[in-house]
Amino acid sequence: MSAGPALSPRARRQTAIPGFGLAFGITLFWLSAIVLVPLLALLLRPFELGLDGLWASLAEPRVAASLRLSFGAALLAAALAAPLGLLLAWAVVRLRFPGRAVLDAAIDLPFALPTAVAGLALTALLAPNGWLGAPLAAWFGWQVAFTPAGIVVALLFVALPFTARTVEPVLRDLGREAEEAAATLGASRLQTLRRVVLPALAPALLTGFGLGFARAVGEYGSVIFIAGNMPMVSEIAPLLITIRLEQFDYAGAAAIGLAMLLLAFGVLLLLNLAQRALRRGLA
Amino acid sequence: MVSGARLEVRGVSHAFALEKRALPVLQAIDFIAEPGDFVALLGPSGCGKSTLLRLVAGLEPPSEGQLLVDGVPITGTDPSRTIMFQDPTLFPWRTVRGNAQLGPEARGSLAANAARIEAALSLVGLDAFAEAYPHQLSGGMAQRASLARALVNEPRILMLDEPLGKLDSLTRLAMQRELVSLWQRERFTALLVTHDVEEALLLADRVLVLSDRPARIRADIRVETPRPRRRDDAGLVALREEILALLGLAQAA
Ligand SMILES: Nc1ncnc2c1ncn2[C@@H]1O[C@H](COP(=O)(O)OP(=O)(O)OP(=O)(O)O)[C@@H](O)[C@H]1O
Ligand SMILES: [Mg+2]
Repeated sequence: MSAGPALSPRARRQTAIPGFGLAFGITLFWLSAIVLVPLLALLLRPFELGLDGLWASLAEPRVAASLRLSFGAALLAAALAAPLGLLLAWAVVRLRFPGRAVLDAAIDLPFALPTAVAGLALTALLAPNGWLGAPLAAWFGWQVAFTPAGIVVALLFVALPFTARTVEPVLRDLGREAEEAAATLGASRLQTLRRVVLPALAPALLTGFGLGFARAVGEYGSVIFIAGNMPMVSEIAPLLITIRLEQFDYAGAAAIGLAMLLLAFGVLLLLNLAQRALRRGLA
Repeated sequence: MVSGARLEVRGVSHAFALEKRALPVLQAIDFIAEPGDFVALLGPSGCGKSTLLRLVAGLEPPSEGQLLVDGVPITGTDPSRTIMFQDPTLFPWRTVRGNAQLGPEARGSLAANAARIEAALSLVGLDAFAEAYPHQLSGGMAQRASLARALVNEPRILMLDEPLGKLDSLTRLAMQRELVSLWQRERFTALLVTHDVEEALLLADRVLVLSDRPARIRADIRVETPRPRRRDDAGLVALREEILALLGLAQAA
């Protein structure tokens, strides 16, 4: 593909990545073939219901509740996964302790495990008679499994590796020099953390949050076991999509899919803008 | 006004663990810098000069021996002992001014130090770049920003780890002069690491010549020549030959 006409000198600047034209062409092709065309189908399908029908289908209380639950739980899980992932990455990068290699490998387990297995394991653990569920119920009166709290736990499980693994390389690069420089200037450990470490990690944390959220909001396998799937209470949107598909209500299923798509896109776009603002100063 | 502190380094040895073996870096270093002394440390690359500064900064405890400031053992970092690192180690997400003000910011005295921050920036000639980010600076400008960041803290001991290494020779001359007048004004105790024998002789009252790793003090040379000094001063030229000989670099005359 030839380069477009009259590029500004900036775009022409020599880089190692092959010509702007080629890179842009591949990007465009990839975007359209793999992302845009299927999305277009998803965009068009629900309109078989007509605009009113589409609206009515989404305004159903059961649908609205499931969307609220899916996005609320995914955002909460990603928000919890960010500090936890940072802690995990910190332990793997900075601390030297026996079993560090095991912990390092264990972080990736949720990537490798079929999510249904994770769901079953978490359910067994947190069910009212489970190892963790029983004491939680006895001591605090908390029920985790078969409630929205259980959904958050399952989503946290799948989102955690994303935050841990996105922060890890940045943490490795950060080195001790920046922290030491801050210390010699009189910053306490807490101030160093707040003014030096967190600003350096903020873009990566935000990316991890976005990835964790994206993974969590579409998560199905691990959630349906622990959720209890009570309509209006603990029924996630992806499950409702499956239910509609089983009822051959393809347009209705696609309508929920479209709503999820737009909401998720909105969240990711916001994250992206926030990240741009953060990176403004960085090269 | 605060003035320089007295630094005592008593029998300090230091070793790093490298591949499970001990790598001795400093061996029985002993010297005293009186308040307001300007001490230059000269030695071959990798002999342990930066390590010695790290110990004085309190970033690491020595394996053996003691470091005291005004008779008090050093137990950790303190803004009265600031170090200008060999690499500028600026915070990339902060502007030049943001970098310079981190010290006062951390101590909650930003407002009281506003004038001092601007003064430090103009001293190193970066007032026009106060809002620039580190990646927009040249190597020499980054080093000057890092110097400004150290100066803002009114250090009583200022450690300079090859502060002028990345500067072009003209800026370097100007900065050498600035460093001396700065030191004459503020009377901090200065520890300067440099590879440049001439620079050490132009700036310092005392030159400690270190040996190869593990570093020992091979010579403690007083430079009595009054300031302002000229690099072609006969006394300095003689000292230069002496030091080069100590470093095994005597010029074949
Ligand atoms: N954290 C560390 N762990 C292990 N070895 C180290 C560490 N820091 C420094 N060293 C070793 O200590 C020795 C002295 O290092 P140092 O940085 O003090 O040298 P230097 O005299 O400042 O050298 P240069 O003039 O090249 O800057 C080097 O051999 C280096 O490999
Ligand atoms: Mg060094």
